[in-house]
Amino acid sequence: MDLSLFVWRQQAPDVQGEMVAYSAKGISEDMSFLEMLDVVNEGLISNGEVPIAFDHDCREGICGTCSQVINGVPHGPMERTTVCQLHMRNFKDGDTIFIEPLRAKAFPILKDLIVDRGALDRIIQEGGYISVHTGGVPDANSVLISRKDAETAMDASECIGCGACVAACPNGSAMLFTASKVSHLAALPQGKIEADQRVRSMTNAMKKEQFGNCSNHYECNAVCPKGVKISFIAKLNREFIKSMISGDSSD
Amino acid sequence: MLLIRSSVGRKIIMAVTGQLMVLFVILHVAGNMTIYFDLINAYAEKLHAFPPIVWSYRIIMITVVLTHIVFGLILKIENLLSNPHGYVIKQSIRKTFASETMIWSGAFIALFIVYHLFHFTVQSINPELSARLNTDAMGRPDVMNMLVGNFQIASIGLFYVSGMIALLLHLSHGVQSSFQTLGLNSEKSIPIIVKAGKLAAFLIFVAYVSIPILIMVGLMDL
Ligand code: HEM
Ligand code: FES
Repeated sequence: MDLSLFVWRQQAPDVQGEMVAYSAKGISEDMSFLEMLDVVNEGLISNGEVPIAFDHDCREGICGTCSQVINGVPHGPMERTTVCQLHMRNFKDGDTIFIEPLRAKAFPILKDLIVDRGALDRIIQEGGYISVHTGGVPDANSVLISRKDAETAMDASECIGCGACVAACPNGSAMLFTASKVSHLAALPQGKIEADQRVRSMTNAMKKEQFGNCSNHYECNAVCPKGVKISFIAKLNREFIKSMISGDSSD
Repeated sequence: MLLIRSSVGRKIIMAVTGQLMVLFVILHVAGNMTIYFDLINAYAEKLHAFPPIVWSYRIIMITVVLTHIVFGLILKIENLLSNPHGYVIKQSIRKTFASETMIWSGAFIALFIVYHLFHFTVQSINPELSARLNTDAMGRPDVMNMLVGNFQIASIGLFYVSGMIALLLHLSHGVQSSFQTLGLNSEKSIPIIVKAGKLAAFLIFVAYVSIPILIMVGLMDL
């Protein structure tokens, strides 16, 4: 199939970018969206032009590197699918496709479709850890966890940190991301020790990194490639209230 | 203080003040319903019988409303700054007209509250209809006369209806949002709370607008 593309091209962080038109010819419906871009880039390179810069790594939907905003939706039209897992059979011959980077104050554009998502890492650094004894490997099942808690923690830990939630949020908020990390560890006995401190530090980091506040629009969940649930945002809020009541009030 | 500085803390302030106002709005409209039993003058008189209670109530409500407005503005400004989006194309999937326009429905409600207070509390708008100046046969302030006289003026009736449309919009997002903010939600309860919030907003709306509308169309008279 043949497609017309409009792709955001921006040479450097401080340079004004713009949408540039390209055509993608002879695309197979079995290709992934990234493979389609590879074909376009090969064409650009053979014409001596600068290829479109985009992030990617695993290409199997688990690393969260490949976020792009396709026709106004982070990760494009397929629900619960990353860009690398989005197949061209979801498009028709002759379609026009708009491709933009994730946009938010906290995600400065580095080049074309690549943004700096380091702000998410800095939120993780504030509390995405637990305290354990180092040394010998503990016996399996030495800490018992109920099936329900294990399931909750697993669901929350599905977040791959791609940043689609931030890009979809009208407020550029990282609540769904932060909520998934806070909920994941708060659900497990190993995470209880730092629970109070964690929810405060991570939500403070969120603010410091200039993410917006959650207005409960729920756009985040609609685009999340892993379908992380908004009930985790309610859980983060509960953890926060708990930490205000029971935590020490030093900060 | 964590509650005031934190993003989540500020949201909790919005939710608590919001729910207090919802409670107020429900008590207020329940009081209004006495009009259908011809008891509005009696109700109004009882309500104001003990000034210290009236004034404590007013001071609490003013504090709540101002707190809600101040933090609503702070959140909105921060959110605008966090999102210089500028997508060439952006599709919304789940957000609603109501959720997007909270600041505008809120601003209109604020305008409405100011007008409403000068109109029916201070009674300095259309003073010739003031309940304080016109008493009924039993010597009570004639609230019924004030309501009917004012709402027979179409522009006033329509302004009250538009104020309530703003409230309808605000609450159709706000009620469910406040439960989520306070953590009173689970995957099962979310769809129920979303629906119940809209239903509550609608019932409150109908109860409020019924009075000016019935008076405007002439079905309710002195
Ligand atoms: C007086 C003028 C008002 C203004 C300027 C205002 C403004 C706002 C804004 C901007 C929000 C959204 C906050 C966010 O994005 O997180 C909000 C939420 C809310 N408002 Fe108002 N509002 C006003 C009056 C009211 C009234 C009269 C009620 C109730 C009767 C109310 C109930 C709520 C509720 C329940 C929420 C949801 C809180 C949450 O998201 O957790 N508001 N308001
Ligand atoms: S490249 Fe790893 S999730 Fe898409």
